[in-house]
Amino acid sequence: MPILWLILIVFAIAGAGFVLARARALACTGGEIRGLHSLPSYYGWNAVMKSLVPACGLLIVYLMVQPFYVNGIVSSMIPDSEIADGSSRNLMTSEVRRVAEGIDLAVTAQYLSDDHLNTVEPDILAITEQLKGAGAIITGTITPTILTAAQEYRAVTATGLVYITILVIGMALSGVYWAIRQISPAFRARNVVERGIKALLIAAASIAVFTTVGIVFSLFFNTVEFFRIYPFTDFFFGTNWSPSFSGRGGSSELGVLPLLWGTLFISIVALAVAVPIGLYAAIYLSEYASSRIRGIAKPMLEVLAGIPTIVYGLFALLTVGPLLISVFGEGGVLGVSWQGGGRAVLTAGIVMGIMLIPFVSSLSDDIINAVPQSMRDGSYGLGATKSETIRQVIIPAALPGIVGAILLAASRAIGETMIVVLGAGAAARLSLNPFEAMTTVTAKIVSQLTGDSDFASPEALVAFALGMTLFVITLGLNVFALYIVRKYQEQYD
Amino acid sequence: MTDLNTVFAHEPRVKTSLLTQDEHTKKRNAAERRFKSYGIAAVLIGVFFLFVLGFSIIRSGLPAFSNVVIGVELTLSQEEFDASEKELFKTKAYQSLFNAAVEKTVVEKGISVEFDNAAIERIMGKTGGTIRSHYRDTQSDLGKSVTFELPVASRVDGYMNGRVTRDTLQDSRFLKLSDLDLVDGLVEAGVIRNAFNWNFLTGADTGVDNPGGAGFGASVVGSAFMMLVVLCLSLPIGVAASIYLEEFAPRNKYTDLIEVNISNLAAVPSIVFGILGLAVFIQFMHLPQSAPLVGGLVLTLMTLPTIIISTRASLKAVPPSIRDAALGVGASKMQAVFHHVLPLAMPGILTGTILGLAQALGETAPLLLIGMVGFVARGYPDGFIAGFTEANSAMPAQIYTWAARADASFYEKAWGGIIILLIFLLTMNIIAIILRRRFERRW
Repeated sequence: MPILWLILIVFAIAGAGFVLARARALACTGGEIRGLHSLPSYYGWNAVMKSLVPACGLLIVYLMVQPFYVNGIVSSMIPDSEIADGSSRNLMTSEVRRVAEGIDLAVTAQYLSDDHLNTVEPDILAITEQLKGAGAIITGTITPTILTAAQEYRAVTATGLVYITILVIGMALSGVYWAIRQISPAFRARNVVERGIKALLIAAASIAVFTTVGIVFSLFFNTVEFFRIYPFTDFFFGTNWSPSFSGRGGSSELGVLPLLWGTLFISIVALAVAVPIGLYAAIYLSEYASSRIRGIAKPMLEVLAGIPTIVYGLFALLTVGPLLISVFGEGGVLGVSWQGGGRAVLTAGIVMGIMLIPFVSSLSDDIINAVPQSMRDGSYGLGATKSETIRQVIIPAALPGIVGAILLAASRAIGETMIVVLGAGAAARLSLNPFEAMTTVTAKIVSQLTGDSDFASPEALVAFALGMTLFVITLGLNVFALYIVRKYQEQYD
Repeated sequence: MTDLNTVFAHEPRVKTSLLTQDEHTKKRNAAERRFKSYGIAAVLIGVFFLFVLGFSIIRSGLPAFSNVVIGVELTLSQEEFDASEKELFKTKAYQSLFNAAVEKTVVEKGISVEFDNAAIERIMGKTGGTIRSHYRDTQSDLGKSVTFELPVASRVDGYMNGRVTRDTLQDSRFLKLSDLDLVDGLVEAGVIRNAFNWNFLTGADTGVDNPGGAGFGASVVGSAFMMLVVLCLSLPIGVAASIYLEEFAPRNKYTDLIEVNISNLAAVPSIVFGILGLAVFIQFMHLPQSAPLVGGLVLTLMTLPTIIISTRASLKAVPPSIRDAALGVGASKMQAVFHHVLPLAMPGILTGTILGLAQALGETAPLLLIGMVGFVARGYPDGFIAGFTEANSAMPAQIYTWAARADASFYEKAWGGIIILLIFLLTMNIIAIILRRRFERRW
């Protein structure tokens, strides 16, 4: 791990710089701290900052750019004629990378020597065998082209490493030198260091923005790529979802409508469970319950929100599904045989509803509590009972907030993955029967991206288009919900 | 006046008392009671769901912690060892040696049940591998008598745990009805018994054909490495971001942009973070697939908004007088924040961080996309750095892997895994609550 060593060396230089600069600062006023503008350790930190930041920055830039540069060289070395059927330039390049890593491994394990590899006509078969013996992952036999490309890859990487090591260490050292040269009693070290820290804080805060940008870009580019090979009218208006599993495209029908319908249907079932229960629970807990009952019941409901979704998924698959079959299935309690399998819209919907109960109840609870007491008192003064007050005064006053809470819950339901992956089934269909298995956008993202199909095929790329659809829908719902909640809050402040 | 009197004179005033309720009041009171009972019912339903969930987890998960073992003394000579090592199917050779030892035990214990050699083979689980690796590691045991406690076949396990009964069992090449007589005899003799399944806590995952030997330990280690990445990244970044936004940020467009982004990221579905991880960390940066490092990075981005929101709340809770006092004695703004405000806000920040980590620990969907399923974690990582970069599983991913397998014996393991996962979450939450109780300050 030479890169790791490099990082350690840079840190050591920075540490030495701290000690040196601090001592130097103290020395330049003869050990009298009050003669300095800043505390002595600020001079030390100044040295640390000046050596670490440029050196690490350079290293990061190198690590990001280097793979592209080397890949470019390697891929230009492979002639078109060498690319076998069913393969692509990208696959060949990664094969070269694997071979190069294998050779590195073999050379360190002394299975192979560099001299042996550099002979004019190396024995390809023997080398393949030796690489496999060294534990390298090599899919096929190596061709001479791949071997020369791999050797070139290793050479370029090795020289690159030498240059970057010299540059980075040089930069760290000159940073320390610069910081030490700056030291004088009047040098405002604290202000410099604090500006640096502030820049660091801003960078940390910007990560949220970069994450959003990263999400949008990774979805956007792959979605554009997908629409280049698959017409977007077929995607948005197609009513049939049947990807071919060959991974080579062509016969796949990738219409998003059945998935959207499945998502919507399951979310509706979930909300039909969660909204009445959550809302009544919130009303009871905020208006009727004594503080003791509230203190017990509220945390208990909130435990439901803290349980990981995989647990709910398993609960749907192994407990609720069989239970529903024993009620609605063949030979069930009702004797109706509506439900064929455990995985169904109803299964996933009910379990998702349970998960959303605390979400609806605690949000609505806050909103109901925010309704001013004077409105309740006014209603009681006119002779209304408690339930009349709630129904005719409090709920209407809290309605925008409650709608916002329900929209937020809906956005959670739409984005939920594990429950539908395990509980809803895999068949995409447009149907109104809640006892049938259906599938959702999230479940299909998982199934399209966890197979071994090639990333360039429409079957894999469609997952990014689905992700984009999901992202836009949930984001829209959230923005809308927050807008409603904000608007409501202004009324009483 | 006279008009009014004449109007009311026609309708004699009904004398009512406040102590007796008329029809209308009764109706209103009934509606009141009904409404209240709906509320109680809703709360009870919620609590009921919680109990059903807890009950089904414990009932289905506890069997994973015990397994049915067969305890037999085996004496292997050097010659037998050498002979077995020369065989083509080495584990098979050991297995037949062990089966012979079982047969001997059956005869010794005087169990009077008809059986053949194939019956023993059907009862036994896959034992050869364990025996072989034991003797290869400790060759000094050759020639001595060693007691092996090895798991039985999964169907016999099911018979002992009530999953399979004599009524439901169909004769097949896996288990015949007559074999159960032999099992009963062995149980009475104390050869087959229930034991605590240490392997489930410490072991690693097995292939699809050996549910009995599957363990959760390796994925706990994988999760631990992942949480280490999340902690080391999200705590400093989250605190730095919150300090900037709460203490230094001027009100401008860029600050607003950051704020909007944070609140939106908190609501982005977790699967989208998985797509981000796949596209950026694996496709673009070529980081290793299924590695805890990548999982940790994705979960860091996911928990950052949670941590930032709770950290900002605890920074806000520190009264401005603290800052003013620090500034008053000549501290710079940076010093006031780092020397005074931050230490006072630390308990709140840690509580928020632990809760964020607990949320990250249970998150599954993003891990599916970065390849943490479909990969069988057969062992522990060998070394600290390898723990981050080598493919491994994580607790929720392991549970999902087991739940997705066709063999129903793995479901029990999945529930058992859930118990372990929930114990971790519970511990983290209790620590957070204790931290909050002990160090929370009211100003």
